[in-house]
Amino acid sequence: MGKKHVIPGFGMTLGTTVSFLCLLILIPLASILARSFQMSAQEFMALITRPNVAQAFRTSIGCSLIAALINTGFGFILAWTLVKYEFPGKALMDGMIELPLAMPTAVAGITLTKLYSDQGMFGKALGRLGIKVSYTRLGIIVAMVFVGIPFVVRSVQPVLEKLSPCYEEAAAMLGASKLYIVRRVLLPELLPALLTGFGLALSRGIGEYGSVIYISGNSAKEGTQVVSYVIMQKLNAGNVDYEGAAAIALVLLLVSFFMLLVINLLQRFTSQRTKF
Amino acid sequence: MKRKILIGISFLFFIWMLVCPLIEVLYRSLKDGLAVYLKAVTAPNTLSALRVTLIAVVFAVAVNTFFGICAAWLLTKFEFRGKHVLATLIDLPFSVSPVIAGLSYIMTFGRMGWAAPLVKWVNEALGTDIALVFSVPGVVLATIFVTFPFVSRELIPVMNMQGSGEEEAAAMLGAGGFTIFRRVTLPNIRFALLYGMILCGARAFGEFGAVYAVSRARGRTFTLPLEIDALYMAGSADSITQAFAVSSLLVLAALAMLVLKHIVLRKSPAGNKK
Amino acid sequence: MRKKISRGLVLVLAVCMLTGTAGCGTKQEKNALEITNVSYDPTRELYASYNELFKKYYEEKTGQQVTISQSHGGSGSQARSVVEGNDADVVTLALAHDITLIEEAGLIEPGWLSEFDRNSSPYTSTIVFLVRKGNEKQIRDWEDLTKDGVGVITPDPKSSGGACWNFLAAWHYADRLYGGDEAQMRQFVHDLYQNVLVMDSGARGATTTFVENGQGDVLIAWENEALLTVKEYPDDYEIVTPSVSILAEPSVAIVDENVEKNGTAELAKDYLEYLYSEEAQQLIGENFYRPSDEKVLSQFGDVFDLSVNLCSIDDFGGWDQAYADFFTDDAIFDQIME
Repeated sequence: MGKKHVIPGFGMTLGTTVSFLCLLILIPLASILARSFQMSAQEFMALITRPNVAQAFRTSIGCSLIAALINTGFGFILAWTLVKYEFPGKALMDGMIELPLAMPTAVAGITLTKLYSDQGMFGKALGRLGIKVSYTRLGIIVAMVFVGIPFVVRSVQPVLEKLSPCYEEAAAMLGASKLYIVRRVLLPELLPALLTGFGLALSRGIGEYGSVIYISGNSAKEGTQVVSYVIMQKLNAGNVDYEGAAAIALVLLLVSFFMLLVINLLQRFTSQRTKF
Repeated sequence: MKRKILIGISFLFFIWMLVCPLIEVLYRSLKDGLAVYLKAVTAPNTLSALRVTLIAVVFAVAVNTFFGICAAWLLTKFEFRGKHVLATLIDLPFSVSPVIAGLSYIMTFGRMGWAAPLVKWVNEALGTDIALVFSVPGVVLATIFVTFPFVSRELIPVMNMQGSGEEEAAAMLGAGGFTIFRRVTLPNIRFALLYGMILCGARAFGEFGAVYAVSRARGRTFTLPLEIDALYMAGSADSITQAFAVSSLLVLAALAMLVLKHIVLRKSPAGNKK
Repeated sequence: MRKKISRGLVLVLAVCMLTGTAGCGTKQEKNALEITNVSYDPTRELYASYNELFKKYYEEKTGQQVTISQSHGGSGSQARSVVEGNDADVVTLALAHDITLIEEAGLIEPGWLSEFDRNSSPYTSTIVFLVRKGNEKQIRDWEDLTKDGVGVITPDPKSSGGACWNFLAAWHYADRLYGGDEAQMRQFVHDLYQNVLVMDSGARGATTTFVENGQGDVLIAWENEALLTVKEYPDDYEIVTPSVSILAEPSVAIVDENVEKNGTAELAKDYLEYLYSEEAQQLIGENFYRPSDEKVLSQFGDVFDLSVNLCSIDDFGGWDQAYADFFTDDAIFDQIME
């Protein structure tokens, strides 16, 4: 603090960033959250600890964690394959990674539900194995994997592209084992990007609405209601309950903010380690 | 061996997760023949939705690219107190449920929002009639909200890896901020920037929840995803086919982005390899 | 080479900015004769054809052309959007209660319910069962929905206004069956909702689950939705009318504050009044809503089962009372679901 920055642009970028952030994001969010403070603390606690609300949080967080883990694994493999190898169909694969983003979430949800219902292509096959996907939590995970995959691939890919293969080559020439190369050379470089991808996929999953509501079946009994659905229940029900919706939204925001903060801190930790 | 396995896994996942849903959409959109398809994609409501969608995408990409570069510069080149909170706040819109995003604009600029008198006052002063919700500007705002962190999120890891050495050297040699960015930083981050813009654009094309909250007039303020939903919810077998036909437009948009990316890549043979 | 790309990117950005601004500049000019009708989900087909009829009528009458823009969605969320600033000239919603919500926000003057004939309800509908062809599970009445092994599809009353009617109709049946013994009535609806396989967020979603994804044996549906599905797939589905059901009276109203601002008061009044004309009533019947004009309704005796015993929301003490008794947090619906 207080020391002069060598690189110019601190004032300008700080000004732009903070004003955009406030005008477009923070002020609108603050006005919705102000609504939730119109509730008393007791009402607030009673609402948040209601069985269906608590269950929705468990479902959203649990399913999105699993989906983000699956995505991190497969996303890394996809990104690796796309960067390191040449093979037929590569351009097509590369281009279609963004498909889940461009497909409207409602269409994605409807299509996935159909594919995985007991009448659909995958659903029939899985049904024979006794696995039910549509209208269960497994379906929620499938939908979240679908919407989350581009984030991991597109976070890891640029870093992999920047990563010069000469590190690996040098290490291999020096006689390092494969595992050693991955652990000591690649992982430290890639970890921040993997974390970013994981974090993005996770937070996309926690708030997801459109693609999940069709495949989940929204049963309180089965625990397949997600938090966004419970918020919409409050807004669409016979008597609109803005305060209730805002209160649940506030908790959802805090959960996401906390998770993102943890990931950002982890990222700082890992990227500092790689700086020489 | 490792190569084959990895490519194999990638293909399996790719076909299972991405190709099958895509084929389902295309199959259903062409089920009733090309004539039905063409009629669906050239319907007045579809064209109007396409126009609104393009406006929203262009604005979202432009605003977020500018913002993203500023934010990434700020967060990677400087150390200051509150940096990590700021970084997290920038990511916040991303984890805000789209449902909440739309509602937050309504609560601010809508009829019962606290900023409604402010909007009215500005309109009266300027003699205009601009509404910030249930209108095209509202759609643009909601789209910017949900795509806000995309570009900065792509730039930050790459710029972190890059370090600030080159920029510091350029600054010491007396280069101005914009020159440093254009001549030193941009060439290093151009792929990440492009990825970010593509992600941002793709997400803007497909956004449903947030836009739905602020857009209710079909044929005027509807975007393509809303039009698809309206067609699908119309319930008849014909309109469901039409819904999938319009969806295929969005898939084509994604493919157009692929082409765009390839053109850029071809122009830089050196940058492509390493 | 690198420089070229950088320059290219800057150029792309500049073009984006420019087209963006241009796009904003071409804001559509306001047409004086344009009205917005904010309605709910199942009326899409009805208003698509009614708007054509009205345009023709209005042009013949005044020589002026009208543009009508339609908005559809869940009834509750549509009402909410008008309160939040959606510029509706007229609202045609599923429940009088939803319009009351707009009235309470000060947009509609009190007394709207008597502004048009028959409590401002130009058409009515009711709840029926849609079953798969052949009716394998032998579903005849509400009681059959509580039997083991019957898969029921109905939307979530906590999120869809329409779904509340399904629940209330079942409750009404149980009331008659058990002569008002509440413990037995609760058990009855409990058993029924235990059979619900998928609880979608809205009526249209439930129809999709039942029709497109093939879930369940019976869909509890609006009569007009069910008739529409049977018309669309005559070989796959049939309708079962239960002995007891509930009468839904969708209401229409002019949004006074908005028409004043838009200068469309006359047009809006014409638009809603014309719904009661014979041609429009005929059209309403063809779109499977029950026309409120009895003469026209009797012509549709082969379409609607007019013998069904209908209760109304007044039997539950009005909508507000019913909602508080059954659907708020921890009310009867939550209790039976536990």
